[in-house]
Amino acid sequence: MSALQKMMGWIDDRFPLTATYKAHLSEYYAPKNFNFWYFFGSLALLVLVIQIVTGIFLTMNYKPDAELAFASVEYIMRDVDWGWLIRYMHSTGASMFFVVVYLHMFRGLMYGSYRKPRELIWIFGVLIYLALMAEAFLGYLLPWGQMSFWGAQVIVNLFAAVPFIGEDLSVWIRGDYVISDATLNRFFAFHVIALPLVLIALVAVHLVALHEVGSNNPDGVEIKKKKDPVTHIPLDGIPFHPYYTVKDIVGVIVFLMVFSAILFFAPEMGGYFLEQANFVPADPLKTPAHIAPLWYFTPFYAILRAVPPLFGSQFPGVVAMGLSIVLMFFLPWLDRSKVKSIRYRGPIYKIMLALFVVSFIGLGYLGLLPSTPVATIFAQVFSVIYFLFFLLMPWYTSIDKTKPEPERVTG
Amino acid sequence: MKRMKNFLFLLAAAPVVAFASGASVHLDKAPVNLADQESLQRGARMFVNHCLNCHSAGSMRYSRLQDLGLTEDQIKDNLMFAAEKPGETMKVGMTKSDGKTWFGATPPDLSVIARSRGADWLYTYLRGFYRDETRATGWNNTVFDKVGMPHVLWSLQGEMVPVMKKEGEHEVIERLELVKPGSVTLAEYDAMVGDLVNYLVWMGEPAQLQRKQLGLIVLAFLAVFFVVAYYLKKEFWKDIH
Repeated sequence: MSALQKMMGWIDDRFPLTATYKAHLSEYYAPKNFNFWYFFGSLALLVLVIQIVTGIFLTMNYKPDAELAFASVEYIMRDVDWGWLIRYMHSTGASMFFVVVYLHMFRGLMYGSYRKPRELIWIFGVLIYLALMAEAFLGYLLPWGQMSFWGAQVIVNLFAAVPFIGEDLSVWIRGDYVISDATLNRFFAFHVIALPLVLIALVAVHLVALHEVGSNNPDGVEIKKKKDPVTHIPLDGIPFHPYYTVKDIVGVIVFLMVFSAILFFAPEMGGYFLEQANFVPADPLKTPAHIAPLWYFTPFYAILRAVPPLFGSQFPGVVAMGLSIVLMFFLPWLDRSKVKSIRYRGPIYKIMLALFVVSFIGLGYLGLLPSTPVATIFAQVFSVIYFLFFLLMPWYTSIDKTKPEPERVTG
Repeated sequence: MKRMKNFLFLLAAAPVVAFASGASVHLDKAPVNLADQESLQRGARMFVNHCLNCHSAGSMRYSRLQDLGLTEDQIKDNLMFAAEKPGETMKVGMTKSDGKTWFGATPPDLSVIARSRGADWLYTYLRGFYRDETRATGWNNTVFDKVGMPHVLWSLQGEMVPVMKKEGEHEVIERLELVKPGSVTLAEYDAMVGDLVNYLVWMGEPAQLQRKQLGLIVLAFLAVFFVVAYYLKKEFWKDIH
């Protein structure tokens, strides 16, 4: 026995190192037919790591103080060695996190990855998405620019729309009557400690649940149903390591090329990743003419604005916005189709999914624009489609004509 | 299915078409060229001479001007009027409250002004001052109506007055006309403002030239790495059918 084997034995007697490695990598059998859409899970994990590592280095020079915050970001951009690189990695990473998470979620919708027995994976995933939105919102206040300030003002004011307790609730969140130094300090605390902990914990349970039931695949068939009689390994399964580790490396490189192209050549991404107005320090006395949230929040912002106020209260819009996310939790039980994957679904689901995607993108676009009567009508139409996708799902998935699923995965 | 696709496309494109038209002030294209070191140096001189009396650039250190090919002594002798050491940031003596009293609003810090306003806006703004006796300063601006800032560069550009035209009910400014020439011609003035804006763009992010250079290296590395990773994947996967 070599020294290395001896050492591994010593550890394994005390900690399940080899067993864990086998369970999650070398003997975790993933379907062999993953396609392009299956890169985005590992990419989301990569971006999470990028955000945490760059975030740690940013906190070394960032000052969570209303008087100093804006200048400290510029200090990082100019006087800290490689500070500009770290900051741009973090700002680009924030937007790219949502890009990969949206594509990852769309993959789930296409191939029915939320269906039994993966309901909890989906629910953990939606919780990750919620935590990520909170994390992004809190982080956006930290540069203390005009959009940081007024964006936070608008979102915190949503809580003020809650009947009876709204005003007190919004003061409790801000720690002040307006967004102020107290707000900045608590948002900083939540952004760098509380939510990263929540995110990491949720990602861990998301993966544990995934590895318990096994991955879905583009055909939506369960590979565990057809196992080798001797080895009990799924016939269509291959070990995650080395097969998907080497494959994901290719995906990671392509992703990093896109990431780098943005980071090094267009870090503002035309005002979508870093808004021009956020290069003006926060000024509580000067409301910007147009307050737009960052692009990844705009679909929900458009839903909020699409709902007309009731008795002068924005509360119905706030409820609609909340509901648009809450509905996602129920997806596993709303879908009554006999098959999981879009490959074997009928035309109705395909059309509904296409309409849903168009509505989501349409809402995202409208949320960037100032509110006009025409824009509001478009937003209302898209919002209705968005909700009908979920609410009518039990009906249209059960009448949809499906094709038979294959016994084994295809190509 | 094809009809469905067309319909979806139309639906997606509809809001874009509906809001494509939006009226805004015409901006002239600023001649930004960060590779032109001499232009940046001239711009830096314009900046410290004319802007840095009221506007600070609190995130910018004098010593960083070395990136523009200047030595520390050149910076000290020619560009530092309000600081002792090159490591200091570009501050102004005027207090915030004085600025507010004198101009109605504190002159903003210019460290990242090119990133919030954009080069074209600055280029048009600095060439857009005209005589307006209704204003306390005697000046107004084509892109920033009722601006608090007077025309600091008037001795260079001279005095412009607006030529009006009727547009429906309202009178709008068609163009500006020079009535009292300054010390340089209008073309020379445009070039000077071009240098200044070029400098402001550079000052908005002094690392940007380095950023693009590094970007090319990173992308080249990733391209090579991609080839290696691609064949590695192919080799591992050749038995999977």
